[in-house]
Amino acid sequence: MSEPSHFKLDGEDIPCRPGQTVMQAAQAAGRYIPHLCWHPDFAPHGSCKICVVKADGRTVAACTFEARPGMQVENRTPEMDDHRRRLLNMLFVEGNHFCPSCEKSGNCTLQATAYELGMANFHFDHFFPDRPVDASHPDVMLDFNRCIQCELCVRASRDVDGKQIFALAGRGIRSHLIVNSASGRLADSNFAVSDRAASVCPVGVILKKRVGFAIPIGSRRYDAAPISAEAQPSPPPAQGERP
Amino acid sequence: MGFELETALPSDQPLQRVAIDPVSRVEGHGKVTLLLDAQNRVHQVRLHIVEFRGFERIAQGRPYWEIPVMVQRLCGICPVSHHLAASKAMDLIVGARQLTPSAEKMRRLMHYGQILQSHALHFFHLSSPDLLFGFDSEVARRNIVGVIADHPDIAKKGVLLRKYGQEVIRHTAGKRVHGTGSVPGGVNKSLSAEDRAAMRGEIEQIVLWCREAVELIKRLHLHNRALYDGFGAFRSNIMGLVAPDGALDLYHGALRVRDADGNIVLDQADYQGYETLLTEEVKPWSYMKFPYLTALGPQLGWYKVGPLARIQNCDYIPTPHAEAERREFCDHAGGKPFAGTLGYHWARMVEMLFAAESIERILADDDLEGRELTVQGERRREGVGVIEAPRGTLIHHYRVGDNDLVTMANLIVSTTHNNQAMNTAVREVAKQYLDGREITEGLLNHIEVAIRAYDPCLSCATHALGQMPLEVLLADADGNTLDYVLRDHEHTIRRPPAPAGGIAL
Repeated sequence: MSEPSHFKLDGEDIPCRPGQTVMQAAQAAGRYIPHLCWHPDFAPHGSCKICVVKADGRTVAACTFEARPGMQVENRTPEMDDHRRRLLNMLFVEGNHFCPSCEKSGNCTLQATAYELGMANFHFDHFFPDRPVDASHPDVMLDFNRCIQCELCVRASRDVDGKQIFALAGRGIRSHLIVNSASGRLADSNFAVSDRAASVCPVGVILKKRVGFAIPIGSRRYDAAPISAEAQPSPPPAQGERP
Repeated sequence: MGFELETALPSDQPLQRVAIDPVSRVEGHGKVTLLLDAQNRVHQVRLHIVEFRGFERIAQGRPYWEIPVMVQRLCGICPVSHHLAASKAMDLIVGARQLTPSAEKMRRLMHYGQILQSHALHFFHLSSPDLLFGFDSEVARRNIVGVIADHPDIAKKGVLLRKYGQEVIRHTAGKRVHGTGSVPGGVNKSLSAEDRAAMRGEIEQIVLWCREAVELIKRLHLHNRALYDGFGAFRSNIMGLVAPDGALDLYHGALRVRDADGNIVLDQADYQGYETLLTEEVKPWSYMKFPYLTALGPQLGWYKVGPLARIQNCDYIPTPHAEAERREFCDHAGGKPFAGTLGYHWARMVEMLFAAESIERILADDDLEGRELTVQGERRREGVGVIEAPRGTLIHHYRVGDNDLVTMANLIVSTTHNNQAMNTAVREVAKQYLDGREITEGLLNHIEVAIRAYDPCLSCATHALGQMPLEVLLADADGNTLDYVLRDHEHTIRRPPAPAGGIAL
């Protein structure tokens, strides 16, 4: 008797293949698991923990945990979403996220996820950290106030651009994003606006200059539908194509 | 004029202090303090406004393209004014000296929507209870709910006028409040045919209701002419933007100043040089500065801004119905600038009619659906943007570094321009109505009525009518409490034991 090739996600059968993570399988089936540091183009990082799910009773990160046939996974349950709201709360209060005047508003994954999860208030006191803006580069500005340390820029610069412009420095609560240049300024690195890292930031840290609010309200990424609506079933792999 | 009761003259008899604190508002607090003698005669009156100016510091270090959206959070009532004034300053930063026709018309449409909704809000929701029922009428009725009960047709039209203005803002800026439509060098959207048709379908009715509103305030004014002409009346200069031909233009123009007799003392002054034209005086008893015309000095150079100043400053209004009403108002004033504080209401309704007629005119223009939205030119490091906000002249001034971050921001908002005028109005009213009389809720409301006429960003005073708590302590010169009165949100007056330390001024 062969092993079943599905697992249960909130009671629904989700196909899975060997080596697929819970996140990958859910995404392929068009099911949304909230996430911030996961991106389909990059290796999973498992740092934000927003994708926390309960798999056969164990609390795990869906982006790093392998999907196993027959497994029971709890995703959008009140308990899991409550955990996620707490994590989002921490991310918001640790930085300076002023959505009302942020040009990323409406296109921001953090904001859209907070809306999706119904985060209506801040549970914790704000840290109000002092994080100066780096506007030294002629084409790109870094607003560290909004960094959630997802390391997507680190991965994109290292793995796609081959430049290693960004890194996280410090430990624990003092962790922060730095620029790998002698001065620490972006202008003194070999960063270019055409780099993959320039367009991968899910929040409003890495911003192309002089774009601002060019996209009107109503046409922004998350104006028409919530972030959960972005998850669409992937087409089946063509014959002979490696899934 | 204006300084008579600012500071009490030396007196042989002890003076008692009365404080109305807070005359609260949206972005801070205001208070009125009075010094009275034993016979309750007024010796000193001061309107203090604790204006939070943090945005000038917050803007520093932020990218210039963020400013028009960020700085509009100064206000939830007329954010479009800040949005556009900042955009006009940033137009200069990006070298956009002339916007595309589509961009300029979209901005003008947004601005006139703002004027319409703000003026409607002020007149119908906030001031009409005073004007319809009387300044010292029954408190329980003197609010918008009372207007709805007793004058449902007036209240309904007021609500719908404001709604229409808000819809114009939504169609042009993306949201009714705090939109993003205006960007450095232009706008980020044009008007869809559907949105344009929706607005055009209603504008005829809106213009008609605005004409009725002018008739209403005119009727109220003329029915009680002595009160309306004389309440808080004082002479002053008036200042505002006018078009090159002297027409009323609330979006763009150059500065004109008339003196109290109506003579033009400054005309077609480029507002880029506002720092030379105006000086802001600091007084130790108020957190808000007192601007004056540098050439005339602080004693003679202060002025009024806002509707009452604007419709008397311009040579004409470029829409027919509003121009006819302007002429009638000026005829009533008798050839000189009208001095009565309550004239603001009449003037405000004339402007609301102008805004509605302007919306009608702009909506007929196909440029609104154009595709050329932004322009850029030679990058500059400094820009001043000025607009006539609902409450008066609004100045935004920025310097931007080569790295695109703002290094300096200076804002002179309408309420600041009117600081001396509002103080003078309060003094006149105190002299006229409180002098030698026992304090009552109705008399306190007279002071609020004077402040409210300016529609300042004392927003709780003006935009939360009937919600303003008041605390009044009457003490003798030795600090002994003579009377202590609390008025709560429901206008209930209580006389609890006075606080041991008195009320801090």
